Amino acid sequence: MFEALSGKLTQVFDRLRGRGALREADVDEAMREIRLALLDADVALPVVRDFITKVRAEAVGQQVIAAVSPGQMVVKIVHDALVDALGGPEVVPLDLNAPAPIPILMVGLQGSGKTTTTGKLGLRLRTRARRKVLLASLDTQRPAAQLQLQQLAERAEVASLPIVAGETPLQIARRAMETARREVYDVVLLDTAGRLSIDDALMNEVAAIREETKPVETLLVVDAMTGQDAVNTARAFNERVGVTGIVMTRMDGDARGGAALSMRAVTGAPIKLIGLGEKLEALEEFNPGRVAGRILDMGDVVGLVERAAEVVEQEEAEKLAKKIARGKFDLEDYAKQLQQITKMGSVQSLISMLPGAGKLAQQIENANIDKTMLKRQAAIISSMTPAERRNPDMLKASRKRRIAAGSGTTAQDVNRLLKQFDDMSTMMKRMNKLGQKGLARAGLGALLSGRRF
Amino acid sequence: MSGFLGRLRAGLARSTQKLTAGIGAALTRRKLDDAALAELEDALISADLGPAVAADVVANLRRTRFGRDVTEPEIRAALADIITPILAPVAKPLEPEPANRPHVVLMVGVNGTGKTTTIGKLAQLWRAEGKTVLMAAADTFRAAAVEQLQVWGQRTGCEVVAGAAGADPAGLAYAALERARNENADLLLIDTAGRLHNKTALMEELAKIVRVIRKLDPEAPHDIVLVLDATTGQNAIAQVEIFRAMVNVTGLIVTKLDGSARGGIVVALAKKFGLPVHAVGVGEQADDLRPFDPAAFAADLVDAPEHREA
Ligand SMILES: Nc1nc2c(ncn2[C@@H]2O[C@H](COP(=O)(O)OP(=O)(O)OP(=O)(O)O)[C@@H](O)[C@H]2O)c(=O)[nH]1
Ligand SMILES: Nc1nc2c(ncn2[C@@H]2O[C@H](COP(=O)(O)OP(=O)(O)O)[C@@H](O)[C@H]2O)c(=O)[nH]1
Ligand SMILES: [Mg+2]
Ligand SMILES: [Mg+2]
Repeated sequence: MFEALSGKLTQVFDRLRGRGALREADVDEAMREIRLALLDADVALPVVRDFITKVRAEAVGQQVIAAVSPGQMVVKIVHDALVDALGGPEVVPLDLNAPAPIPILMVGLQGSGKTTTTGKLGLRLRTRARRKVLLASLDTQRPAAQLQLQQLAERAEVASLPIVAGETPLQIARRAMETARREVYDVVLLDTAGRLSIDDALMNEVAAIREETKPVETLLVVDAMTGQDAVNTARAFNERVGVTGIVMTRMDGDARGGAALSMRAVTGAPIKLIGLGEKLEALEEFNPGRVAGRILDMGDVVGLVERAAEVVEQEEAEKLAKKIARGKFDLEDYAKQLQQITKMGSVQSLISMLPGAGKLAQQIENANIDKTMLKRQAAIISSMTPAERRNPDMLKASRKRRIAAGSGTTAQDVNRLLKQFDDMSTMMKRMNKLGQKGLARAGLGALLSGRRF
Repeated sequence: MSGFLGRLRAGLARSTQKLTAGIGAALTRRKLDDAALAELEDALISADLGPAVAADVVANLRRTRFGRDVTEPEIRAALADIITPILAPVAKPLEPEPANRPHVVLMVGVNGTGKTTTIGKLAQLWRAEGKTVLMAAADTFRAAAVEQLQVWGQRTGCEVVAGAAGADPAGLAYAALERARNENADLLLIDTAGRLHNKTALMEELAKIVRVIRKLDPEAPHDIVLVLDATTGQNAIAQVEIFRAMVNVTGLIVTKLDGSARGGIVVALAKKFGLPVHAVGVGEQADDLRPFDPAAFAADLVDAPEHREA
């Protein structure tokens, strides 16, 4: 899809061969494409409008840098503005600077992931922040909701408030805070029943709970698949209970997640965490860069490699991405990748100009790629027969000696290469398990640096 | 059924206020020109029809009424008239076939959409018709999912077949079908764990449930219902696409239409897939299930005045 967007923008700007500054008419046309891309990603319309107005003003008159096309230039401006609108590169952590017990209130629509996220947070606060945590379910609405939280608390090895039948949510909240004070808990996570923003009775109820417990954080838990309604929900909850942070769940799905932008724009509250699965470990800090890429749908290997430089042959990149996706990756491909890495290394400064690629350039730098090593490895592979490249398992001692001699290296060098290739294949298999989106999320940087993630 | 429209409408009235204001402001005694059409298109986009379908609907309106002086109710009615025929062909209630006994319904969908609750609602509906209904707690994954369904069993007077936590859902579904046959139950409603469609292993697990059930009855499950949350945006298209490819979904139920979300994605889905929409969920209680009424749904999307009584 991003390829489509990128392609469209390239068309828009194709006639603008003279480079120079971005002209108003061309920018307008580009903004129409951006608008559609954002709407397809479920960014709410009023938010799209504001965003486009802002970006348009920014883009008009900008000088196009020689190394990139005007289309790429616009995408970069859009991407950067998106990162900005999502809260900028700074991560806003949970606020735990308050006297214990610190109440954290979880709110949101039915089925958005509040209870699961409460369990996840419990685990995280216990293990990472080393806090003594109490979970309390105020959900008297959904059948077995309190039991659900209790079971999650057991799994997370944190305490949960004993279930007392017949209490109102407000009574449970009071009992939770009293228990926490008496038994000296650091944090109390208050899970609430899902409620519709237009349900006055239930919105009043949660407002009363807030009054009673004075939460340090009120986290609005939102499904990443949410459509245009995100603005209504965000506005209503923010008005009634004052949202201090947003948690986006189901980011392990393939929704583009435009709701993140809508929520953030309406509440002004930072997106603090994202849910990446049903397991209790699957909670991470929010990364605006990744989500911006996702909203623009540029988070795929092909797109990234394409943009990384016109130096890298596009066909090769596509083939490679497909092979990775199919779990078929051999030494032949490894050799090609080595070539590409070498090329990209040489165009580092160019890469950093491109949208979403700032980090990639950084990673290339951090990876500290040793070019002589790359050349040596390329030489080793070129001394292999095609059959050997496809099936490295057949490389026994005698073949290794032949290859070492042929490439002017040692058998040790050959072994090292094979080991590295092995590691890389394992990593790719793991990424395949995450699916192509997982691969996309991890980005090419992970491939280059061999970093675990 | 007296409570239903009132209740549904109370919710919808609130949720349509914004859209109403939008169309109202745009179109009271006004020429239907480019600007007006653009505003209408925006209103439809805000209802989650998606930019492409919204553009289609408005293009249709342009063909018939461009340049005319129109009033607000007129234009809403015209919009509803364009949308209703898109929805009409997919409105098909769930109808258990007595000859199938037990008629097997498998509920599938992404996490948290309302599968379990909808099973409770369907059970309520069919129990009221004097049918015997058995439920199978094949969500063996989520914490307290079994207990949740058991509460629905108690509420509706149905037996629930459950196994150990973490048990193989296909095995459980198989055992439940065996029991439903032995007991000569009219219906078997199988609850499954929510799963994201992009998780291949979980989708494969669902396909396995279907395969295993077919060993007992090659025709079962007779209905495979994908439950969609009305707040879902464009991702619903991917959901339908992949669930259908993996388990041959036979129809949809759209939940949470009592909220502020308008569920406009249903129009896009009807256009693209033509899958039956069996019912809509309008609340958390057992009797909060309604037939899918295309004219009423279309009218509510654009807040057209002549809201037909059921
Ligand atoms: N307002 C409203 N809430 C609903 C409706 N249908 C379901 N819910 C609520 O949505 C939440 C999730 O419903 P469940 O039935 O547990 O959903 P599920 O698909 O079984 O969820 P998982 O099994 O966790 O994937 C619960 O709080 C339900 O009460 C509806 O039509 N309207
Ligand atoms: N894939 C995925 N599923 C999630 C995530 N967070 C919650 N869920 C699932 O969503 C469903 C509803 O979650 P729950 O916590 O009960 O929602 P609540 O009604 O808001 O409390 C459950 O099936 C959870 O397992 C997430 O980040 N990813
Ligand atoms: Mg809950
Ligand atoms: Mg369920």
